[in-house]
Amino acid sequence: MNERTAPAPDLLLDVRDLHTEFATSNGIVRAVDGVSWDVRAGETVALVGESGCGKSVSALSIMGLISKPAGRITGGQILFKGSDLLKRSEEEMRKIRGREIAMVFQEPMTSLNPVLTVGRQITEACEIHLGHTPEQAHARAVEVLGLVGIADAERRLKQYPHQFSGGMRQRLMIAIALSCEPALILADEPTTALDVTIQAQILDLMKDLSRRLGVATLIITHNLGVVARYADRVNVMYAGKIVERGTAREIYASPRHPYTLGLLRSVPRLDEPKRERLAPIQGQPPDLTRLPPGCSFRPRCGYAVERCAEEVPPLERVAGTQHSACWEKDKLPVRAAKPEKVPA
Amino acid sequence: MSTAEMVAGEAPRTAPAGDVILEVRNLVKHFQVGGGFLGGPPQVVKAVDDVSFTIRRGETLGLVGESGCGKTTTGRCILLLERPTSGQVIFEGRDLMTLSPAEVRRVRRKIQVIFQDPYSSLNPRITIGQMLDEPLAVHGIVPERKARQDRVRELLTVVGLLPSMASRYPHELSGGQRQRVGIARALAMEPSLIVCDEPVSALDVSIQAQIITLLEDLQERFNLTYLFVAHDLSVVRHISDRVAVMYLGKMAEITDRTTLYAEPLHPYTKALLSAVPIPDPEVEAERQRTVLGGEVPSALRPPPGCVFHPRCPIAIDECKRVVPECLEIRPGHRAACIRAPGYPAGAANA
Amino acid sequence: MSATTEGVLVEPASAARRRRWLDLTLSFCRRRPLGAIGAGVVIFMILVAVLAPWISPYDPLAIDFAAMLAAPSAQHWLGTDAFGRDVLSRIIYGSQTALIVGFGAAFIGSTVGAVIGVASAYFGGRIDLVIQRFMDILISFPLIILALAMVAVLGNNLPNLIAAMTVPMIPRCALVIRSSALSVREMPYVDAARALGYRHTRIILRHMLPNVMAPYLIMLTAFLGQAILLEASLSFLGLGVQEPTAAWGLMLRGAAVEFAETAPWMALFPGLAISLAVFAFNLFGDSLRDALDPKLRTG
Repeated sequence: MNERTAPAPDLLLDVRDLHTEFATSNGIVRAVDGVSWDVRAGETVALVGESGCGKSVSALSIMGLISKPAGRITGGQILFKGSDLLKRSEEEMRKIRGREIAMVFQEPMTSLNPVLTVGRQITEACEIHLGHTPEQAHARAVEVLGLVGIADAERRLKQYPHQFSGGMRQRLMIAIALSCEPALILADEPTTALDVTIQAQILDLMKDLSRRLGVATLIITHNLGVVARYADRVNVMYAGKIVERGTAREIYASPRHPYTLGLLRSVPRLDEPKRERLAPIQGQPPDLTRLPPGCSFRPRCGYAVERCAEEVPPLERVAGTQHSACWEKDKLPVRAAKPEKVPA
Repeated sequence: MSTAEMVAGEAPRTAPAGDVILEVRNLVKHFQVGGGFLGGPPQVVKAVDDVSFTIRRGETLGLVGESGCGKTTTGRCILLLERPTSGQVIFEGRDLMTLSPAEVRRVRRKIQVIFQDPYSSLNPRITIGQMLDEPLAVHGIVPERKARQDRVRELLTVVGLLPSMASRYPHELSGGQRQRVGIARALAMEPSLIVCDEPVSALDVSIQAQIITLLEDLQERFNLTYLFVAHDLSVVRHISDRVAVMYLGKMAEITDRTTLYAEPLHPYTKALLSAVPIPDPEVEAERQRTVLGGEVPSALRPPPGCVFHPRCPIAIDECKRVVPECLEIRPGHRAACIRAPGYPAGAANA
Repeated sequence: MSATTEGVLVEPASAARRRRWLDLTLSFCRRRPLGAIGAGVVIFMILVAVLAPWISPYDPLAIDFAAMLAAPSAQHWLGTDAFGRDVLSRIIYGSQTALIVGFGAAFIGSTVGAVIGVASAYFGGRIDLVIQRFMDILISFPLIILALAMVAVLGNNLPNLIAAMTVPMIPRCALVIRSSALSVREMPYVDAARALGYRHTRIILRHMLPNVMAPYLIMLTAFLGQAILLEASLSFLGLGVQEPTAAWGLMLRGAAVEFAETAPWMALFPGLAISLAVFAFNLFGDSLRDALDPKLRTG
């Protein structure tokens, strides 16, 4: 699975051959099944896939938040700044969570404590992790609210989460995440619950902050448009495995895995020139307790050959930094030409 | 493009009969919030505020907008699931507000609905077969039991499911399969108009495309008319012939899909289009975008004048005072913005 | 049609359902042993009531002046009463009365209550308001007072007794069911049923009622214990079942006043029977509520 042998020095986060399993009443679910990916300092990396592909479990594994005893990490390494997070004690992980790696969730209302003031929720983290005095923490809270574009910070800090609108709450989540100056932010579907104009605001904000403050971002999403707009590098996941990776440009310009190709062909584009028919991926999402032998995507794949039923295709380099886990990766069609007119 | 859209001033006119299947005239729906007995004066939410449009037989009208814009309430008024506060819903020439309960039941056969959430839109206690059998029996569409079973199997096949699924319960199916059952249930009534209320937004990307394609096929096959309510502009543009944009209970703009995306007149439409990311990094890198500031105001306290003015990049002083009517600016293209090029001067009421 | 045919999981549905029921029962016994014990006692009671003619040693009505007020012995295990009737036999037959009245009242009371509750939630608005206020009035009377008043009005044969006992149960059930039905009312499948042009009765009975099964079952089992206790109380007060029918409350009435000291078995054993029955139904009902509430299992 892992194509690297020596650790690259500039890697902030280096996940190697990670396995996370859940025991369910229907059997063992390999939610993350031998996945390797990395994030360099300051860049934005995307984990893309549909529900149940293991993208959120990947993030929770990194944070050490897999709920035991049903879930457990059964193998691999998570190297953060060169040291393995899986070897850390719960005590040490607490110091890393929030301080070094922060998380932004999909539903801001449920991730904020409704009975604490907004100010308290920001200062608490600063006091615990950075040893700030209450005055220092308050100053920091005012500062981060300014960073995420919430005006009138002094008054806003005294308010409770329910007094904030959906978009404002998500800004708040980002402010809390930023308060301890983390090196990495894990954003799990950060804009899925938001309206499209608010989504654009939040994503622009995150992109801008990551550029200004040098924070690396891992964005977990199912939205291919969001990935195209904001991610530098992309990992496409299917049934617990990474099936394709590369820079966003490489992957969108010529996808080398039938699943990626299918995804791109099945979403209507705002700039499609005429009313073309979509080419949906056939069949149902995979049942993780009963995966077929060989390639998990084979039952839905239009390019499958005999070999796909027997051997799991490894993630191999195609060109540049692009990798694909498909036996037929060289025979896939080139993507249809780009539409000519684009609305502003 | 359409004579049906020849709606001018404060008196919308009906298009030549025959091709218009549904006309919504000055639809208003207010909800009372709080208040009541000893609760002080109730507040009024103007969920839908003076909305007019028409749909012609066989076409798809997309209805887009952000949460709270009134698109779903508009759909529910057409389905008679909500009683409009005022206004008319004219379906095949008859005003639904004036019908007796028995007539309403008959009309309901012809207007069906597909819901967003495939998990809560099917009764968990009833098998798929019973679910499709029931409407056929209740309305006497297929009176004979044996023939009904055949029809149920046929319906399942039409929506791409196996006939053997009739004996299953909803929880035994995946999200996409359930949505197909919801479509089959609507088709059982042999409707002419289907209100699709966010039919794909709860589904995974790969399943979305399957359902969209299915809806397109069915439209062609059974000459269906869709009112497609959704927040995803890419999907709406893909499936619709014409698109209506709503904002805070008001109609902002309505025109055919090509014009709307190529030459939007309303600043909100422009911002909405620009906010939608396109799944292509190269295209995205070159796009000039206008990101709207602020958020949609509360429907309890809508801004005076044009409801969009606090977020509008081109608002002038007049916008704070004048409520713009949604007027025809070009043939078949209506917009509610006094700053739109070609908007009749002095037409708006102060 | 370009739509795909989907049918990945193929498993005989009925077999799967049967296995599910077995699994559910087993897991209920494992997780809630007390509830399982309660259920066991309930099943035992039902068996005793059904098999009464075969298992009772004497005719419950047979008067034996030779053995009046006999203490428990090998011949009369639980002794005899003032008329020489066998206490054990009367307890065995008394279980029939308790179960008929208990099940009758609880079933009718909770079913009528459920229909009213669902209808109230479905129609909403003014109808809901009127029904709720009326139920509030009924509920403000204690269970037994209302039942007493009803018996006094209706007269006390068995059907009237059941009817009288259902009246105070209906509003209690209606309130609980209504609150569950309110959330069912918001489900899109109810809107779908309306859009399909179904009549109100069909939507209420076929589409909403089955989806409040869990609270309904909870109310039903809770009422069973209460109804048995209520029947015993009414009989004790002389307003319930009449002599010479075998009924537990009636046995207490005859025994407690005059013979509490001379023949304590006459009061002790029927009293135990009442306590055990009510306790068992309550144990079972509580466990059922814990198992079904608050996360209701659907499907």
